[in-house]
Amino acid sequence: MTEAPALALDGLTKSFGSLVVSDAVSLSVRPGEIHALIGPNGAGKTTLIHQVSGHLRPDAGRIALAGTDVTAMAPHRRARLGLSRTFQITSVIPAATARQNVVLALRPATAAGLRLWPDPAGDAALAARAGETLALVGLEGRIDIPASDLSHGERRALELAMALAPSPRVLLLDEPMAGTGREESAHLLRTLAALKGRCAMLLVEHDMHAVFSLADRVSVLVGGRIVASGAPDAVRADPAVRAAYLGDEAALC
Amino acid sequence: MKAAGPDTARRLSAAILIPLVLFAALALLPLAAQFGPKAYILSLGTRLMIFALAAISLDLILGYGGMVSFGHAAFLGIGGYAAGILVDEGRGDLLLALPLAMAASALFAAATGYVSIRTRGVAFIMITLAFAQMAYFFANTLSAYGGSDGLSLLARSGVAGLPLMKNDTAFFYVVLAILALAFGACRLLVASPFGQALEAVRQNPGRMAAMGYDTDRIKLIAYAISGTLCGVAGFLLANQTEFVSPSYMAWQRSGELIAMVVLGGMGTLHGALLGAVAFLALEEILSDLTPHWRLVFGPILILVVLMGRGGLVGLIGRMRR
Ligand SMILES: Nc1ncnc2c1ncn2[C@@H]1O[C@H](COP(=O)(O)OP(=O)(O)O)[C@@H](O)[C@H]1O
Ligand SMILES: [Mg+2]
Repeated sequence: MTEAPALALDGLTKSFGSLVVSDAVSLSVRPGEIHALIGPNGAGKTTLIHQVSGHLRPDAGRIALAGTDVTAMAPHRRARLGLSRTFQITSVIPAATARQNVVLALRPATAAGLRLWPDPAGDAALAARAGETLALVGLEGRIDIPASDLSHGERRALELAMALAPSPRVLLLDEPMAGTGREESAHLLRTLAALKGRCAMLLVEHDMHAVFSLADRVSVLVGGRIVASGAPDAVRADPAVRAAYLGDEAALC
Repeated sequence: MKAAGPDTARRLSAAILIPLVLFAALALLPLAAQFGPKAYILSLGTRLMIFALAAISLDLILGYGGMVSFGHAAFLGIGGYAAGILVDEGRGDLLLALPLAMAASALFAAATGYVSIRTRGVAFIMITLAFAQMAYFFANTLSAYGGSDGLSLLARSGVAGLPLMKNDTAFFYVVLAILALAFGACRLLVASPFGQALEAVRQNPGRMAAMGYDTDRIKLIAYAISGTLCGVAGFLLANQTEFVSPSYMAWQRSGELIAMVVLGGMGTLHGALLGAVAFLALEEILSDLTPHWRLVFGPILILVVLMGRGGLVGLIGRMRR
């Protein structure tokens, strides 16, 4: 028997009123694989990520994490099963420092998760681990800065650190490059490339350079439907994809 | 979770200094009372501390958890009625009655919280108000215990059979000890993994859920702890006044508790302490000066809240800068 995919979507369907935003979407991400999901604005990429993380309920279809059906599971329980994500609109804890943000991300997996009295020894250990993860995303000099005082790019890096810290089985990334500077996105690209193979990633991204240099597989979502899926080169050459999506961004290919 | 910015040291010292000064002043109050109208000073001081306890309990969910409960007075009533009924039934000893008062408050908090915490913002305000009104009307129907007239306590609770709280000075120190204990426990709670998670859930519940936190559970636990603590305040209030009535749970009372927390400064604990003391002292002074004191009191509250974001604690912080 082959290993169960790290993440499998089967016939995922979701509408907002009469607008179908996910139209029987099926795709899988193998352990360690980077599966890129591309598509024009409004295609339903973010809505799909929300359904996978549990922030939105699908109308129909199934979501399985490493073989476990999580379709009806609350977001926090999916996270406990090793699912991590970033948000398209950066989502951190503003009043907490960079380090405290990452400590918060690490804690649910520890024994002191919701202890009602202070845990100085545990906090020190988590703070050290948080420092390492922050260094990984290039924030080693900004550890004690409140998230609200970080630049936009730094906040995105922080959010990635929060998603990475608990060593997830599956990582959902919703446009991690969006709005980051040239240097920051180069760093981000190196970070993700270094992670390749360590966790499965579903990567939503508009930066075609990033997509085609990172992804093992690419799926194209247009109007809520997967119109093409396969190896990067095959998808890039697909005439239907070029017409529907890449055509007007020919410069990127 | 407070950021470790450049003014952390100053803020930290305020967090130590303000309660230290207040607790020292309270501890010495009975001595100072010898030189004035002793019974009045002791009774006012005890009342201040009881409401400080209630305000601190509210700050846990309001300041740290972002849950604006407009029904917190219900817990004053539940704690108060537990004291009244148990004394009435001859089971008023603190060692039995206080745990029972806390259990009743916790139960009410768990049941109403289970529903309330699923809502946010104005809906949460309205639903907590509605539950408190239900408790208020229920108390009015308790004809065996005075109905709308309320219930007089024959005596204050004893402590392990000793009439420790009969004497006003002794009662004052019992309340002071409970307040200090509760304040210390709350300080530990907000610094704990749970407390940090609660603050983070207030700021960004979606992010916390994505990281594996059961945000509903965190809010419910905080709500139950807060209600239980406020029940203790109600228990003490009934013992102090030797009387409990439905008016303990009136919505105006809930509003006053919010005003105390906002006046002192939300999400600091010592702000709630200071706010309760300032609120009741101001009320006492103004109502002495003029029968129309509410006309002056309201604008002062609004002014402090508008001028000093962060309430009195915020004002003090900026003055020290
Ligand atoms: N909560 C919502 N209610 C109604 N429509 C929504 C909602 N969220 C997204 N949409 C719509 O669903 C479509 C897909 O949105 P989204 O998933 O954000 O697209 P993408 O991330 O691919 O740009 C868009 O037309 C958007 O306007
Ligand atoms: Mg999107």
